[in-house]
Formats: sequence, structure tokens, C-alpha cells
Amino acid sequence: MPTKVEKDHLTGTDTTGHEWDGLRELNTPLPKWWLYVFYATIAFSAVWMIVYPSLPIWGVRGTSGWVAREALAPQLEAQRARQEPMLARIRALTPAQVAADPELRAFALAGGRIAFANNCAACHGAGGQGAVGGFPSLADDEWIWGGSFDAIQHTIRHGIRNAEDDDARTSQMPAYAAMLTPAQIGDVAEYVLSLSNRGTDAAAAGRGRETFNEQCAACHAPNGHGVPEQGGPNLADQIWLYGGDKASVMRQVANPRMGVMPAWAGRLDPATITMLAVFVHALGGGEQ
Amino acid sequence: MFRFLRDHGIIERNVILMGVLTLITVAIGGLVQIVPLFTMETTIERVEGMRPYTPLELAGRDIYVREGCYTCHSQMVRPFRDEAERYGHFSLAAESMYDHPFQWGSKRTGPDLARVGGRYSDDWHAEHLRSPRALVPDSIMPPYAFLDRPLETADIAAKMRALRAVGVPYTDEMIANARADLLAQARPEADPAGYQSRYARARQAAFDGNPAVVTEMDAVVAYLQMLGTLVQFRDVTPEQLRQQ
Repeated sequence: MPTKVEKDHLTGTDTTGHEWDGLRELNTPLPKWWLYVFYATIAFSAVWMIVYPSLPIWGVRGTSGWVAREALAPQLEAQRARQEPMLARIRALTPAQVAADPELRAFALAGGRIAFANNCAACHGAGGQGAVGGFPSLADDEWIWGGSFDAIQHTIRHGIRNAEDDDARTSQMPAYAAMLTPAQIGDVAEYVLSLSNRGTDAAAAGRGRETFNEQCAACHAPNGHGVPEQGGPNLADQIWLYGGDKASVMRQVANPRMGVMPAWAGRLDPATITMLAVFVHALGGGEQ
Repeated sequence: MFRFLRDHGIIERNVILMGVLTLITVAIGGLVQIVPLFTMETTIERVEGMRPYTPLELAGRDIYVREGCYTCHSQMVRPFRDEAERYGHFSLAAESMYDHPFQWGSKRTGPDLARVGGRYSDDWHAEHLRSPRALVPDSIMPPYAFLDRPLETADIAAKMRALRAVGVPYTDEMIANARADLLAQARPEADPAGYQSRYARARQAAFDGNPAVVTEMDAVVAYLQMLGTLVQFRDVTPEQLRQQ
């Protein structure tokens, strides 16, 4: 291949000297400013390697002594120091006392909102609206485990039916598939639906009523309004954890699903849990 | 300036010079990859609590890799304040010392998963994998409902032997009981001899809600629920974290 570098008479630029069937390639130089910036970045990288830890060799830390892990602690410390005066006050009070103080309440609602978005929203929804399938809404006035400040704080601290906390709230609904016939389960479901005026078969509901009083009333109360102390949800309203059509209710009677909530006492600061309790209480339906 | 860069024709015409220079270039590339391995001993923090994956977690991890979860989820909490606030303690080298390959990832379309273990319930994970938007309306994660199919368990001992060959400390006892341990972890009623002593802090549960069949869902949820839970950071001292 001929390699004769010559000046292209149209552009005044050198060619690369390569020629393919009469076609020649221009060797247009890079813009000077671009080239020098490029050289400058190379020089900068050499300085960087000396100042910051770059070489994977024992003991080489860079002349600045900067280490990402060690730089983190003071940043966290500074942030904590800014918040600590408020957090210390919140830590010393109950959620109800925090909510009664306008300044602390505003701080707790702001902090609780962030903590809720990060830790709770995955299950309970971004606005606390919950999701069908066992993830209760926190924005209404039905509370499975109680909706007072202290009850909410206790639930957040210890969770529900988890393996990690001995004080976790626990209730256990038996699987009635082994104890009742399918016809009986259908009757009970019909009676449960009739509690919220959605029954369609009064005769079946009448038969189910007896079974309900024998089997279900202890935890769900004889009128179906639930027993928060035992974690027996209210069955007489329009709010359903696992679906409110007859098939869903029958499925839940036969082989109940029961939700699990982690204990947050070991994961979150006590002040954060208090702020969360104030925030959740304010979502819509907090009880006194 | 840099006239020699234009004289590459000399190298291209001299095969011996070309070979020598190629060797030098490749050697530099090799050193960059190999030299850091010599510092492994001082890089891995001396924290307690790390153990190899249980057979079920290992099967779940393989599905995690198979489905390419790492393309959207990192497993690397970096030492920045915002990440510490959101995810918790920064990730340690020790926490991925039994990973072959590690799942640090390089992109977060979804959130980091290095500390997701225990944050949500098993039910949530199973439901969320089946139908992400049922629980998180603005999620763009694809559904993985097909994971509700029986898990292939016959090759689990072979996988553990392969990992032992590259340095994961699986014992003969662990490998001999691999399949039994795998099935036991997904069945809360099972009580396999020695399981708890082989794998500390390994919870038994019907992870997908159905103890009758051990599914891929069981395996993935078991793996996710373990992530980031082995090292107890409350007990870790700054000395243990020092990498020198």
C-alpha cells in the first residue's frame, strides 16, 4: 500500500497517506483546545493518583490521607448533632405528648414522613392506603391492633407475628378447612357478608350464624366488630384485608393467611419510632 | 509533539517489536487485575457472623443471577451519608466474600438490596415478585409470577462442591445434607438434625406461603430475606472494620 503523505489541495490538510482505489483519507488534526484539555486531564489523573488512594498496594493511602469510610462518620455525626436537640426531646416523651406540642409535632410529622416512605410505604402504600393481600390501610379508622398512639408505637416497635421479637403481636386463626365442611364454611361466609349488609342468602346466613357464634365470636366479637386486644379484625365493615367477595372470605376461613410485620425496635432509633407513631396516627384515623 | 505516535508503521512492520510491546501491554492489564488480589487478606474485614449460603439461599441466589436482577438492583451500600440514611451501614468486603460472582451491580433502576433482608415480610416479597404494581403502583419492575414453579434441587450438592473448589468453606456434612437442608428450610414444620448448627441465623419458613411445594419463589425470597442480616453491626468495633 502506498503511504505517501501529501497536502490535499481542497482543504489544505495532510492526508493519512493511505489510498484505496483513488480514495484518500484526510488526517484532520484534533482542535488544539480539545487536545490540550485532554492532556490536562491526563496530568490531573497523575496528581489525583498521588493525592487520593488509587493504587492497590499495601499502605498506599494517598498524601491527603482521605478514606471514604472514615470521611463518612463525621458527616453522619454532624447531621446527628443538628437533629439531636429535637430528637432527645422526642425520645423522652410518649407519642401523645409529642403530638400535643406544636413544635415537636411539626418535627415529628416531617421526620415520620421520611421514615415512613423509606421503611413502611412498600407494604402500606405511599399514602398509607395499604394493599389487598394482607397489607392494611393505615389511613382509615379501622385498626386491627388498636389505633391509639401507644398501640401504634407498640406495633411498630415489636411488629406482628415475626420470628425476631418475643413481644411481637400475635394472633392465630385456625384453618377451618380441617374443622368445618365446605357447606358450613359457605354458610359462615354468607353470615359474615350479611354483617356488612352484603349477604345474598338469608337462609345460609342464618345457618352460619350459629357456627360463627361457636367458632369465630371469641376473636371477632359476637357482633363481628372485632377484638383489637386479640388482633381479631372487624368483619362488619367494608374493609377487607384479603378480599371481600364470598370466595375470598371462604378461602380465608378455610386456610387463613395472616400478615407478618418486622420488628423495628432494632432497626430504627426510638425517636424515629415515636415520630412514625405520630405520623401514622395523623394519617387519618388515629384513636385517642 | 508526540511525533512517535505517528510512526506506528515501524511497529506494524516489525513482528518481534510488535510481539514484545503487545506482551508488555497485556502484562500491565493482567497486573491491574491480579495485584489487588494479593491485598485480599487485608481488605476483608474481620467481622463475625458471615457464613456460606444455605442450600435454599444458594438456589435463590442462582435464580437472582439467572433473571439478571443485578442489572437493576445493586447490592452495595456506598459510604455516603444519603445511602447510610436510607439503607443502613455501608457494605463490607466481608459481606460478599462467599459470593462467586459478587452481585454489587453498577446500576440502580430499582433500590439497593444489600440490606433488604427482614425489612418486609415473606408475603410481601412473594406478592411483590408476582405482581410488583399490585403493591407499588409506580413500580416498573417486571412481574416474576412464573417463579411459583417447583425448584430444581437435584444439583444443589454439586453446586456447593463447585463453590468449595473456589474457596467457600462448605463442609462435607453440609454437602452431604444439602438437599435435605434445602427442603427443610422451606418447610417450617421440618426439624432436620443439625441444620441450625450448620447455618446460623437461617430462618425456616414457607417463604411463598405454601409449605407443600418447594418453589423457585421460596428460594428467591429466602435469599432476599437473608441479605445484609448476617453481620450484627451493633457489635462491630471500628478496629474490626479497618482494612489494613
